[in-house]
Amino acid sequence: MSNPAEGSSGRTLARYLAPALVLAGLVIAWALVVALFAVEPEVLPGPGLVVESTWADRSALAPAAWTTLQEAVLGIAVAIVLAVLLAVAIDWSRTARRSLYPLLVASQTIPIIALAPLVVIWFGFGQTPKIVLVALFTFFAIAVGTLQGLASSDPDSMDLLRTMGAGRRQLLWRVRLPSALPQFFTGLKVAVAYSLVAAIVAEFVGAEQGLGVYMTGARNALRTDLVFGAVVVTALLTLVLFGIVALAERLAMPWRRPSQTEADW
Amino acid sequence: MSGRGGELELRGVAQTFTDRGGQVVEALEGVDLLARPGEFVALIGPSGCGKSTLLRIVAGLEQPAAGEVLLDGAVAGDRLGRCAFMPQRDGLLPWRRVIDNVTIGLELEGVPREQARERALPLLERFGLGEFTGSWPWQLSGGMRHRAAFLRTAITGRPVMLLDEPFGALDGITRAELQQWLLDVWREIGATVLLVTHDVSEAVFLADRVLVMSPRPGRIVAEERVALARPRELRVEETPEFGAAEARLREALRRAVAA
Repeated sequence: MSNPAEGSSGRTLARYLAPALVLAGLVIAWALVVALFAVEPEVLPGPGLVVESTWADRSALAPAAWTTLQEAVLGIAVAIVLAVLLAVAIDWSRTARRSLYPLLVASQTIPIIALAPLVVIWFGFGQTPKIVLVALFTFFAIAVGTLQGLASSDPDSMDLLRTMGAGRRQLLWRVRLPSALPQFFTGLKVAVAYSLVAAIVAEFVGAEQGLGVYMTGARNALRTDLVFGAVVVTALLTLVLFGIVALAERLAMPWRRPSQTEADW
Repeated sequence: MSGRGGELELRGVAQTFTDRGGQVVEALEGVDLLARPGEFVALIGPSGCGKSTLLRIVAGLEQPAAGEVLLDGAVAGDRLGRCAFMPQRDGLLPWRRVIDNVTIGLELEGVPREQARERALPLLERFGLGEFTGSWPWQLSGGMRHRAAFLRTAITGRPVMLLDEPFGALDGITRAELQQWLLDVWREIGATVLLVTHDVSEAVFLADRVLVMSPRPGRIVAEERVALARPRELRVEETPEFGAAEARLREALRRAVAA
């Protein structure tokens, strides 16, 4: 009962085993296709070659990945602060809701990727424009999640606390913000999935360092194997970020029913 | 937690609201009511008659369109924080352990956490929640959740308690058990209770006085003084006095709906 999130070890194994088997099957199919049809490595390198060359190039890849990871994490951090502040403001004040909510929704029609060149013009070639782009990209998911979460507060609990003399600020801290946690984390997971991609796209437009730069360089050198390597690294890093968020979610909400935790996966 | 006033009076309380079509609907018209300190008053009526609205008005969650609410003889304009209220659903906060749910009212009053817990623990133990103090709400059965919700309302020691169909969502057996439990707790805290219910036998079993409300616009059309001795046990429901009171109230309800 102390930690309802822990399943039996058999169930945990089954949970990881099934997708691992599917993944292994895909990798084997990939290797077979490359071997059977003798595909040129410039077009499609086999998984063995990708791993081998990526490992060999790790001294160039690691700092690139580190740069991009920093941009992604800082961008998300900025997005979390702004999105939560905006969501609370919209939830708090009718004026804010009327004036900001339509704009928030409408802002989604802007193709944020298309803003990348602009952001580079404004903030230069360093990490700042990437952080800005990641923040822009991930902001919406977090803001909408938080907003929906705030709105999902139980009206009975609100009434009850009001009859106990709670003011709006107390209601915010004691009912609305905790109510928003599950959906905030759902939004954050979506945001995290986008974050590295957003950073890489920003790097494509112009950067000194990062996975985007690395990929562009590898492509120009016809090193398709290294492009693949960078993609795999990006995927792994996204997975790590996702895992960190999932862990934070669990720690932040020890009160959740185990089935709820499961369903979220 | 007793003997500090608790007189509740309603004078000509009326409420209107505007429905979706823009039509003004009269929910309550001219409700007069006096509950003496320590009295257990039940309010029954057909669904939609405005019973819950009346309770929300007394709690201060709504202001009446006309009339006034008096607490201990004085007109009480801003009543939020004056009466203890229990909503229809338990409204337990899922992120708080049972003990922290029960102490939230004290916490809002600024009572330090340790002190609040010291006050809550004996209460929880005495009234059957001792082993659940550290549980999360989802780990509790429906009946236990209601006990926790009730103690959360009772612990603030406010002399007037407003209960809005507190057992409506429970099965019959749990319900009977909780009615008995409620009487045990009430005997100890001695608050004035205004209980809204649509269950006639629940009203007779619990209350000193049962008021019958008419369909919308709701007003009080009949009153039954329940003379059954206290403390009451569930067996009292099999006595002829109980049956007679129940029959009179059902008849009054029928007349109210037919009128």
